[in-house]
Amino acid sequence: MFRPMSDAKSAATLSFSFDGRPLIGRDGDTVAASLLANGVDVCRETPVSGAPRAPYCLMGVCFECLVVIDGVGNRQGCMVPLRDGMTIETQHGRRQPEEMQG
Amino acid sequence: MSSKSNHTEPDVVVIGGGVVGGAIALGLARSGARVTILDEGDAVPRASRGNFALVWVQSKGFGMPEYAMWSRRSADDWHGLADILGEETGIDVAHSQPGGFMLCLSQDELGKRVDAMHRLHNQTTLTDFPYEVLGHAETKRRLPDIGKDVVGAIYSPLDGHVNSLKLFRALREATTRRGVDYRPNCPVESITPRDGGFRINGSWGEIATAKVVLAAGLGNARLAPMVGLDAPVKPSKGQIIVTEKTAPFLHNPMVTVRQTDEGGVMIGDSQEDRGFDTVVGQPILSVMAERAVRMFPRLAGLNVVRTWSALRVMSPDGFPIYDLSRSCPGAFVVTCHSGVTLAANHVLTLAPAILSGVLPDAVASFSARRFHV
Repeated sequence: MFRPMSDAKSAATLSFSFDGRPLIGRDGDTVAASLLANGVDVCRETPVSGAPRAPYCLMGVCFECLVVIDGVGNRQGCMVPLRDGMTIETQHGRRQPEEMQG
Repeated sequence: MSSKSNHTEPDVVVIGGGVVGGAIALGLARSGARVTILDEGDAVPRASRGNFALVWVQSKGFGMPEYAMWSRRSADDWHGLADILGEETGIDVAHSQPGGFMLCLSQDELGKRVDAMHRLHNQTTLTDFPYEVLGHAETKRRLPDIGKDVVGAIYSPLDGHVNSLKLFRALREATTRRGVDYRPNCPVESITPRDGGFRINGSWGEIATAKVVLAAGLGNARLAPMVGLDAPVKPSKGQIIVTEKTAPFLHNPMVTVRQTDEGGVMIGDSQEDRGFDTVVGQPILSVMAERAVRMFPRLAGLNVVRTWSALRVMSPDGFPIYDLSRSCPGAFVVTCHSGVTLAANHVLTLAPAILSGVLPDAVASFSARRFHV
C-alpha cells in the first residue's frame, strides 16, 4: 500500500473511474500514482503472455503502467497527470488496429 | 598500475567503440589480431545510437558509383554477418532484407525520384542494379496499409533493416568473446608514431601498438592529422520519432518509416530526403509526422513515446572515408554515415584488409585525397 509523503488533506480531490469503478485521487498525482494509492495492483496485461502488470518505475521507462485513458490505449500512466473525470481502463494486451484508426 | 596496463601490447588499437569501431574490431579479431578498443564515455554524441537501422542500397551512389557497389556488396554480405553474430553471441539482430520502398506523396515527387534513379543507374557499372517504379495500385497491392495520398513508390529488392541496438550489443559481445580489450572512458589526446608503431596517450595513461584504426566518428577530424591522415567530417543532425509498439503491419522498410521487430514504428528524417523537400518555417518533427501519417493513416492513432536527434557523421560529399597513412604506415581511418548498412563490409572485407596493410581497389575512391583535387 502506498502512502503520500505530503499532507494528503491539502490537495484537492479529483474523481475518476478505473474499469468502471468510481475512485478518488489527488490533484497533482499521476494516473499511475493514483491507481496505486487506490490499491489497484493490476492495470495491464502483456501482449504475448497476458501476464498481469502494475506501475513499476514511475518515470517513463518500464512501460508496465500502460492503461486506456479516455478511450486512448497504451498511455503511460506515470507520465499523465490525473484530471477530474478521467475514465481509466485496464490495457488488455496490445492495442487493436480498429482502436487506432484516426 | 591497473591490471589493464599490464596487458600484452595489442596488434591493433581501434579508437572508437560504436557500430563502426565495433565492426572493425570484430573483423580484426576474427582475423587473429589482438585488439584493444579505446572508447569515450556515454556522454559523447554517439551516432551509433541515433541511426535509422536501414540496410539501404537504392539511392546510394549518385556521383560515385563505387559507393553503390560498396553498399550493395555489404547488403549482400549482411546475411553472413547476421549468421556470424548469431553463432558467436546467440543474439538475433533481427536482420531482414525483404526489399525497401520510397513512398511518394505527389506526382512531382515521384517524377523527381524516377529521374534521380535514372541518372543514378545510367552510370556505368550500375545498369544491372534492380529497382521498380510502382504506381499507386501496385504499391497498394504490396503495402495494403498505405494511404490514398501515396501516388507511387520506388522499390528495390536489395533493401532491409536490422535492430540496431541489438547489433550494437552483439558487436560488443562478439568482440569480448574473442578477447578484444574494450576500454571505456579513454578519450585519446595524442597519437605519436614511435618505434615503428604508435604511442597513444590520454589522461587515463598510454598504450603502445603496431597499428591504429581511427573509427571515432566526429572525433576523427581531430585525430586523423596526428598520423598523416585527413578526415574532414562534420555533424549532421538527424531526427527520429518512435511510437508505441503495435501489431506488425509493415515488414518492408521505407526510407523514412519502418516498423521494428519489436513493434514500434520509427519515423526518420533521412538525409536522402533533404534534396527533395525544403522544410522552411516549420518544426521538422511535425513535418516528419505529418508525412508519415499520409503514407500510413493508421499511424495517426499511435502514441509517440520518444523523439531524439543524433549527430550523424558526414563527409563533405556524403561518402565514406577509408584511408591508410603514407607518412605513418600502420595508421588507418574509417568513417561513414551508414555504419549499419556497411557493417558487413567493415567486418568481412575492410578489417582483414587493414590487417594485411593494403586497402582493396573497391575502396580506393574513398580516400580523402578526393577532397584535394
